[in-house]
Parts: sequence; C-alpha cells; structure tokens
Amino acid sequence: MIELKDVSKSFTLHNQGSAVIPVMEGASLKVAPGECVALTGASGAGKSTLMRVIYGNYLAASGQVLVGGLDVAQAEPREILALRRETLGYVSQFLRVVPRVPTLEVVAEPLLAIGCDRQVALDKAAALLARLNIPERLWSLSPTTFSGGEQQRVNIARGFAHDYPAMLLDEPTASLDAQNRETVLSLIEEAKARGAAIVGIFHDIGARNQVCDREINVSDFTPGVAA
Amino acid sequence: MTPLLQVKGIQKHYGARIGCTGVSFDLYPGEVMGIVGESGSGKSTLLNCLAGHLEPDAGQVVFDTRTDGPVDTVTMSEPERRMLGRTDWAFVHQHARDGLRMSVSAGGNIGERLMAVGDRHYGQIRDRAIDWLGRVEIDGARVDDRPTAFSGGMQQRLQIARNLVTGPRLVFMDEPTGGLDVSVQARLLDLLRGLVREMGLSAIIVTHDLAVVRLLADRLMVMKDGYVVEAGLTDQVLDDPQHAYTQLLVSSVLQV
Repeated sequence: MIELKDVSKSFTLHNQGSAVIPVMEGASLKVAPGECVALTGASGAGKSTLMRVIYGNYLAASGQVLVGGLDVAQAEPREILALRRETLGYVSQFLRVVPRVPTLEVVAEPLLAIGCDRQVALDKAAALLARLNIPERLWSLSPTTFSGGEQQRVNIARGFAHDYPAMLLDEPTASLDAQNRETVLSLIEEAKARGAAIVGIFHDIGARNQVCDREINVSDFTPGVAA
Repeated sequence: MTPLLQVKGIQKHYGARIGCTGVSFDLYPGEVMGIVGESGSGKSTLLNCLAGHLEPDAGQVVFDTRTDGPVDTVTMSEPERRMLGRTDWAFVHQHARDGLRMSVSAGGNIGERLMAVGDRHYGQIRDRAIDWLGRVEIDGARVDDRPTAFSGGMQQRLQIARNLVTGPRLVFMDEPTGGLDVSVQARLLDLLRGLVREMGLSAIIVTHDLAVVRLLADRLMVMKDGYVVEAGLTDQVLDDPQHAYTQLLVSSVLQV
C-alpha cells in the first residue's frame, strides 16, 4: 500500500548562504495493508521528514514514493489532493482549523469532502467524539479554545472519521491520559483489522509494542551516518 | 475531467515594464488556488487578465462554459464575456465599494445580479436577497439599508452575497480579507470555506496573507516581478519552499 524506493531528501536554504542540508538518503520501505510500522530514531533523525515526504508536503529530491499506486514524488497537485481525500489520512500533532467552525463539523469534514451524506457524517463524528471523551456540550464550539489534550483528541477523531486505506500517525498518543490512550490504540487496532496500512511515530514504547508489527530506524537513512 | 479554466501563456506588459508573464495553469472544478507575492509582483494584474478586466498581450484563458464547452474568453465578444461575468463568474474586489452600488439598498445590490440573468418576480428576488443576507450573517432587517450604512466587514460580506447569488462556478477574489480586523477575517474565511464546499465553487484568491491561503487554498502560486517562481500544493509550498523568494516569504511571517 505504501512503498518508498530509494528516496532522498535535502533542504537548500537559499537565504542562508545557499546551504544544502542532506537529511535523507536511500530510504526504502514497504507497508502492506493491515500492517502498522513504527518509525524510530533519535529526535532530528528524520521521522517526521519521512512522514511528510509520504504525505507530499515535502518534495522528495529523488526516488519513488508510492501510495496506493500513485507516485507522490511526481504527482500533480490535484492527484495528491484526491489521494488525501480518498486514500491517505494524516494525524498530525497539531490541529489546524478555520476559526469558528464547530468541533462536530471539523471532525465530519473529511467525510463531507468525499461526498458522504451529511447526517451520516455528523453521526459518525459524534460517535468518535463520544468515544474519545469530548463532552457533548463542547461539540458546537470551535476547538481553537480547547486544551492541548482535547485538541489532540479532536484531531484524532478527524483523522479516523474516514476509513482511509493508508494512514500516517504522528505521535497519536502524546499528551493523552491512560483511558484515552487505550481508545486511540483500539482505533488503530480497528483500522489495521479493516486493512489499513499505517506508518506511525510513537515515543510511547508501550503503545508502539502494542500496535506495531515492526520498526524501521530512520537513522539508517541519514546521510553520512550510514557511510 | 475537463479543467474548468485553462490558462496558457498569459502575458501583460505596461509599456516596457512586465505586469505578468508566462503564466500557465489548469484549475479543476472545486479547486481553490491562491496567488501570493509582495505588492507589485503582478498578482492583481494576472487576476484582472484572467477575469477579463484587462486584455492580456498574449495568451489564452479557456473557460469550460455550460453550453459550448471550452472557449477562449480573451477572444470572445464583449457581450459574451459580460454575460459570463454575470453568470458563471464572480469577482470579489478588495474594496467592497468597488464591487457594490453604494447608492442602492443591500437587497437591490443582490437583486441586481438576479435581474441581470432574467429574474423578474420582485417578491422572489427580495426573498432570495434576504436568504443570502442571512447566509453571509447580515440581519435580514437590513435589506433596505444602503451599504453606506454598513461597516467594512458587512460591506465585504454583502459583496460576497451579491456575487454568489447567481451560483457562479468560478470566483475571483482580490485580497478578500484585506483591511478587515482579524475577528471579521475569521468569520469571512469560515463563510467562504463553507460556500466553496457547499456550492462546489472553484476560486482564485489573490492575497499576501499566507495564513489565509493555508486555510482556504488547495494550491498555491508564488509570484515575483511578474513571474511565477513557484507553484504546487499549498502545504508543500509553505512547508518545503524551493525558491529563494518563497523561503524568504515563509520565513518572514510572524508567529502568533
């Protein structure tokens, strides 16, 4: 479902003496449907970079990034947009929303974007919010004023609203209490059971051991270290 | 799928100076494209060339019309282009005063566009005007007030209602949130995004506000000195800018 072939990534900082910083080289991996793979490595090793290369907000310098058959490294913007709508979900660490939009709508939006019936979408959003213990009295408010943990849970609910065949999870259990952590882990288990291919970053070792089938150390892709 | 708009090699010079040059892109139904750049970079010139307000020196602006399929709007007759401007196209000006008739009531401003496409039933026009005032969050009781009695933010929302009432398929926006205070901006963004979603609009938004494009635009073009220096997915251009100017632009934004 997700396959990287010999991907490299470097940043060129034109305004800082045109410094070229190679951050990734020869990255290859393959994630099958129903499989969850954890990216590991020290902070700064390039876990998030690799994830963003898969999602398409970082341009790969070379190599292929195949998600559901589409090469994200070469695709047109509208192909990537369609991929993100239908196929590839991303739960980031930060919630980014239009101010004033009610939480329930924020969560239902990925479903509405694929043309799901409005009531069905709202019902599913409500069920997810309830499961993640967001009090119902907050659903009609914008999540911009919520606490960090609440925003994280809204973000997760939004990420799991649509049954994406491929998912990227950036520390989904960070800043959650034990009970909500369990809920998120069971959401991940369910996504795997329905055949989603998942790439995740988990600093929480217990969570990683519980849901991940294998680990890939991104330090292996760091230029210079491997050489 | 046919692109809604195909722009090919648009060029506009002001004497020896470049307004914009070599601009080509396709816009598909439902897509929102942002154009950013500092003032004088040619973004408004480009927008005006696309919307038929300025005649480009070279290039094509091919629009997928409802009846005849793709037609080059640069070479089409003036009446045809005007008709397009009243039906499938809409233009939201930076200053609401440029897009409104200030001496006509709010309802009249909305109704005028309906009448231009053949609506004649006064009661229905008035009802739709009041419905649209509600959608842009203006109290229906203000339907008979003139825009001069409205605040800047309300005028901008009225302009949007006037433009969208005829169900256009493509909206051009020139700095739609410029000059508004941030709380009003947030309402307007929320409103625009909802309308884009519900009506399946395509839009081209010129702005210098990167936060606005991140929230509204799927795709982004960065202009400098009349040239498009970088284009791509909005979050890719903002998160991983390739061109020196885009890097400067992105790194210059103050964090709130």
